[in-house]
Amino acid sequence: MEFAYYPGCSLEATGKPYDVSLRRVFGRLGIGLHEIEDWNCCGATSYISVNKLASYAVSARNLAYAEKMGLDVCAPCSSCYTILSKVNRHMRWGSGHRERINEALAAAGLSYAAETEVLHPLDILCHYYGIERIVERASRRLGGVRIAPYYGCQIVRPMGRFDDPEDPQQLDNVFRALGGDVVPFPVKVRCCGGMLMTTFEDAALKLNRDILEAASEIRADVIVTTCPMCQLNLEAYQKRINAVFGTRFEMPVVFFSQLLGLALGFSVEEMQLDRMVVRPDGITRKLVEVTA
Amino acid sequence: MPSSPRIALPKRESELYSAYWDQARTFPDGERIRNCIQCGSCTGSCPVSHAMDVSPRQIVALFRAGFLEDVLKSRTIWLCASCYACTVRCPAGIRVTDNLYALKRLAKKRGLHPRRFPAHAMSEAFCRNLRLFGRNWELWLGLRYYLSAAPTKLLSRDLQRFVLTLLKRKRLALGPTRIRRVAEVRAIMDKAESIGEV
Repeated sequence: MEFAYYPGCSLEATGKPYDVSLRRVFGRLGIGLHEIEDWNCCGATSYISVNKLASYAVSARNLAYAEKMGLDVCAPCSSCYTILSKVNRHMRWGSGHRERINEALAAAGLSYAAETEVLHPLDILCHYYGIERIVERASRRLGGVRIAPYYGCQIVRPMGRFDDPEDPQQLDNVFRALGGDVVPFPVKVRCCGGMLMTTFEDAALKLNRDILEAASEIRADVIVTTCPMCQLNLEAYQKRINAVFGTRFEMPVVFFSQLLGLALGFSVEEMQLDRMVVRPDGITRKLVEVTA
Repeated sequence: MPSSPRIALPKRESELYSAYWDQARTFPDGERIRNCIQCGSCTGSCPVSHAMDVSPRQIVALFRAGFLEDVLKSRTIWLCASCYACTVRCPAGIRVTDNLYALKRLAKKRGLHPRRFPAHAMSEAFCRNLRLFGRNWELWLGLRYYLSAAPTKLLSRDLQRFVLTLLKRKRLALGPTRIRRVAEVRAIMDKAESIGEV
């Protein structure tokens, strides 16, 4: 199983632990990730707010290179995943769109037929690789770690291609199968505010407070996320949230690939859990080695 | 906010409308905004409607009543965080988020933004980053944004502490990653922008 890998800008810095843990997890499972050489930013929600055609064309450059590799794309960042998927939908819809994007790509000597699929790693793990096979490879049980599964927005919406937009289940299923105590999490698809943390901080702080509060109320040990933006907002702004709202959250927020890696036998350092702002010591204490 | 409906649109408004419909024809279901039944599912689903000056439902109502300029000057379109909750719930199949993107593009093009708030500064800083490096350098993006939208914020202890924490965890890049063929990115941007379809 081989994929073209499009990490996206966040995974180079703030989301680096996601990148490192995902590559290692996929490596251990034998799923090949081949980074698209010289990939560029997808433009996220910003460029599309200025010029849609240009934003799609720039994103399509990455897909054009993936097409040359002859592989479908694995895009771990929710925002990249949505934008790249939107490019495909746009190019396959109506008349003239494919041609106009290709007209722009031609300026760089490229072309894209819009036949390369864009997949999220969670989709790959659950539907292409299979949860049962993951469990077979696991060397640790998540011994009743209370997990709040947080999907955020842009992997289940707008297209809901691999899970329900209102009550997705894939994170729940994976971690339950690995022995985790996955708690019902009513805010699992509530928005973290994304970029609003910079542009409208008051509104974003409240959104994150609500999510952290929901996780505390059900006494979760950890919030597990799929998106670098959500992870940053929920974790790195926790101190600020505590100061503004007089709360005392100390809730670890980790990428799903990090927790999955622990179950597959990787160490805390290999999964980059030492780079988190809120130390997730509560989880590591609960891990149970599986004796073969 | 004007409350009385107008019958014939003033020239400025009708021109804005035709520019809007040009936009709406460039994405799937763009024209479904006509089918709104004013049920308010969008507002009820929106996680930030409490912070908006005009709710998403009201945006559509104002739009259809001929007050597009008021819509474009609202904070609402810039407060949308692209969570798509309204889009998946709209019973009339309106892609609210995509319509808001179209409104953002129109507002940006016409230089209209909420009073004393350069809401589009973030997207501008972002695009400049993309053109310069081909990738987004978070530190630079933050700096550029605050410099143009809220310079005093740069002096805030909280922000400085936030940056320091991430630096300590090696989760902020001190320099940009410039891609090797950034010229390709610029050529694509230039060509696409010259095609004129926004």
